[in-house]
Amino acid sequence: MIEDVIVDDWVKVCETSDLIPGTGVAVALGKEQVAVFKLRKDEAVYAISNYDPIGKANVLSRGITGSVGDKIVVSSPLYKQHFDLKTGECLEDEDASVKTYAVRVHEGGIQLQYNS
Amino acid sequence: MSKQRIVVVGNGMVGHHYVETLAATDLDVEITVLGGETRPAYDRVHLSEVFDGKKPEELSMTTREHYKSLGITAHFGDPVTAINRDSKTVTTELGRTFVYDKLIMATGSYAFVPPIPGKDAKHCLTYRTIDDLGEIKASAKGVKKGVVVGGGLLGLECANALQNLGLESHVVEFAPALMGVQLDEGGSKMLRRKIEGLGVHIHTGKATSEIVEGDEHRLRMNFADGEHLETDLIVFSAGIRPYDQLARDAGLEVGERGGIVIDYHCRTTDSDIYAVGECATLGNFIYGLVAPGYRMAEAAVSQLTEEKVSFAGADMSTKLKLLGVEVGSVGDAHGRTEGAQCYSYCDENAEVYKSIVVSKDNTKLLGAVLVGDTSEYDTLLQYMLNEIDLPESPEAFILPSVEGAAPALGADALPDSAMVCSCYAVTKGDLCNAVQEGAHTMGAIKEVTSASTGCGGCAALAKQVMDSELLKLGVEVNNDICEHFAHTRQELVDIVRSTKIKTFDEMLEKHGKGHGCEICKPTIGSILASYWNEYVLKEEHIALQDTNDIFLGNMQKDGTYSVVPRVQGGEITPEKLIVLGEVAKEFDLYTKITGGQRIDLFGAQLHELPTIWQKLIDAGFETGHAYGKSLRTAKSCVGSTWCRYGVDDSVGLAINLENRYKGLRTPHKFKLGVSGCTRECAEAQSKDIGVIATETGWNLYVCGNGGMRPRHADLFASDLDEKTLVKYIDRFLMFYIRTADRLQRTSVWLENLEGGLDYLKAVVIDDSLNIGSELEGEMAINIENYQCEWKTTIDNDERLKRFNHFINSPETDNSLRYVKERGQRRPAREDESEDVIRLVS
Repeated sequence: MIEDVIVDDWVKVCETSDLIPGTGVAVALGKEQVAVFKLRKDEAVYAISNYDPIGKANVLSRGITGSVGDKIVVSSPLYKQHFDLKTGECLEDEDASVKTYAVRVHEGGIQLQYNS
Repeated sequence: MSKQRIVVVGNGMVGHHYVETLAATDLDVEITVLGGETRPAYDRVHLSEVFDGKKPEELSMTTREHYKSLGITAHFGDPVTAINRDSKTVTTELGRTFVYDKLIMATGSYAFVPPIPGKDAKHCLTYRTIDDLGEIKASAKGVKKGVVVGGGLLGLECANALQNLGLESHVVEFAPALMGVQLDEGGSKMLRRKIEGLGVHIHTGKATSEIVEGDEHRLRMNFADGEHLETDLIVFSAGIRPYDQLARDAGLEVGERGGIVIDYHCRTTDSDIYAVGECATLGNFIYGLVAPGYRMAEAAVSQLTEEKVSFAGADMSTKLKLLGVEVGSVGDAHGRTEGAQCYSYCDENAEVYKSIVVSKDNTKLLGAVLVGDTSEYDTLLQYMLNEIDLPESPEAFILPSVEGAAPALGADALPDSAMVCSCYAVTKGDLCNAVQEGAHTMGAIKEVTSASTGCGGCAALAKQVMDSELLKLGVEVNNDICEHFAHTRQELVDIVRSTKIKTFDEMLEKHGKGHGCEICKPTIGSILASYWNEYVLKEEHIALQDTNDIFLGNMQKDGTYSVVPRVQGGEITPEKLIVLGEVAKEFDLYTKITGGQRIDLFGAQLHELPTIWQKLIDAGFETGHAYGKSLRTAKSCVGSTWCRYGVDDSVGLAINLENRYKGLRTPHKFKLGVSGCTRECAEAQSKDIGVIATETGWNLYVCGNGGMRPRHADLFASDLDEKTLVKYIDRFLMFYIRTADRLQRTSVWLENLEGGLDYLKAVVIDDSLNIGSELEGEMAINIENYQCEWKTTIDNDERLKRFNHFINSPETDNSLRYVKERGQRRPAREDESEDVIRLVS
């Protein structure tokens, strides 16, 4: 079952090795679905909601990552809108932005902050 | 006047270029080619690729038939043994005599073997011809260790070849440094460091005094300094010597260090005899590269015409990859010009060395050395060749990029005389003229000028010149595929083919910027797959794939996937049909028959995919690639096996074609159709490739489409046997892969192809670009590397981890909602709240 190792209010959700650079994974954080991404080796990790408000499905973790100008984004696998991984903003439709989560790499694991 | 008789002695790359150039003029001549090797001309520059799996015949540059079609008489394997200048004849080993009006010597060179006692022992070999490769391979069988004598360019290439044969490889060099001709001391040291890092052992400053029988290995090399090295075979690659004996015997003047002496017109001391390539020497210098050889051949041909050109020497700058290490050398790399000053930069951490040599007054570039990173090569070469004034701080060229770094040389800074494409001698001026005359795409530029159709290395610069000229003409263009790559898909293909780049990261680092996106990643992923066909879910490729390719299924509107196994030609046994039904029933998958004669199962969740596919694979199915930009199906009618009207076995052919092209990654999806008679029940004329049986053979149709913008396929060729049919389809598909835009179906591609259907026929059927065998070779690599991606995935635990909705929980997506309709489930609409089924797992 879920191996929540709670240290302060940080929860370990997976190993860093679970994240292949350039791809995302979906993790369960309580009742929420979170998409966690790493762009390249040794670079920062990002976490936003897994729910695509335009396609209306939990699929953002399965999108292609990249950049638009200097923004780091994921493109929804359904209809290709871009979501800013730092702010959750949808570049094509500002009403369709998604929630972001505090995330960090800690002792070889990826941690998300509860209630962040 | 009777025809002038031209006899060409030697059929290497330069001799062949002479013949091709001469045949392309309107001169009324009778050409005879006398080749010493049993093979017609082949590409010696890429010899080592035979050890990477290339077939010797793929190196060939021409064929006997081709020469015949040009009206040329050619004899191979019968070397010329004497020139009789009085009677103006040559005699061959078999005693044949040929009369000439003009004689062209293109005898090339042979590998130099230093006069070491024991050099003729068994397993002491040379590296120069295709036959040599066979001997090296045979000698390397079952042994462990090999030595290359010579640390120059060819020697290192040969060391790479030995490594590829699985030998522990050693390089023994007499001089104190590797590639001493092209590199300065720092560059040579860095090269050594990198090559040693790849497991090749380097011994410099070693003079071999004798070769004797070994104790542990076959041979033992004793060195002048008292040390020794044991080995199973020795390959000499210590430089080349011109084949000039024929000329010597005939009394022609030869140079101090060998080579037939020529003047600026490539004429020898006998005005009816010319010499070109590595057998010739101009000013006591032998030009051992292919490009100068080609220039000599062109100059020699021009002497027979009104417009005479001269060959006054050539630039010996070179850029290459040795054992994967990038090396570049420009002009006066050693700083031998008087007063020359040098800047150098060395980064042992990144293993990069760069140096530039500038003139005394710091205004002109004289030379450069690049090891580990040659991205500045083109810019530096242009500065040197065109004597462009250097910016104030020339060191910026070689320092890692920081604020204020010198920008790469723009096309505008080049003079019109600047050589952009050295394979076909196309200058910037030629390109600008072509643009002014209406060539506004790279495709058109290539067609008109041939620029970047050789090695492809100048594609980026040629495009810059074109864009800049278009801008001047007030034409605005932007064919960049996205903000990360200022290239079209076609240019990206050229880059991949010419540089052999195998990962997206390397492409981005060298030719792009930013982090990539959903456009360039899959596009480049597809190109890499088209040429190297590695498993698409290898770690370095996985992030390039659309979700459909990652999870090997088509994502549906609710985030679940469809499952479509391949049903070749639409033929299926009852047993397999039952398995499909059972699997669909077990996982409650919505089931539908597709237009391509197979069965689509919808609604599979990520975690179910591996179990479903395991069952399908166990029953003998394989992936149908319904998710990929690749071959979908080969639709067929039942044909002559059952039909009263069928004239040939359309099902059998459809199955063969589907098996041949399954898994091939293309710019967009493509479909096949095969009909057994002209009633056309398989609707082949609405497919990218359609085949229809007739009483006299197969008719091939191409570039049809159904869908949004239907297009009837065009008749491409008639009455073909199966072998020819397959050859044409191979070439057609690889040419489409090479030249189409991203997401461009064959129908749109053809409509945009300059020259249209006739051009396509010329390329595929008449081989007008002389790339037919190359295209077939590329297809062969694809077929050889085919794998069922689902089978590979199921056998790989690491990949299977991704087939879960959550990485940290076995829970599934709790937002999925379905309703029943006509006995099957489908995703619920938002307004449907009653009778909703939620999946429980």
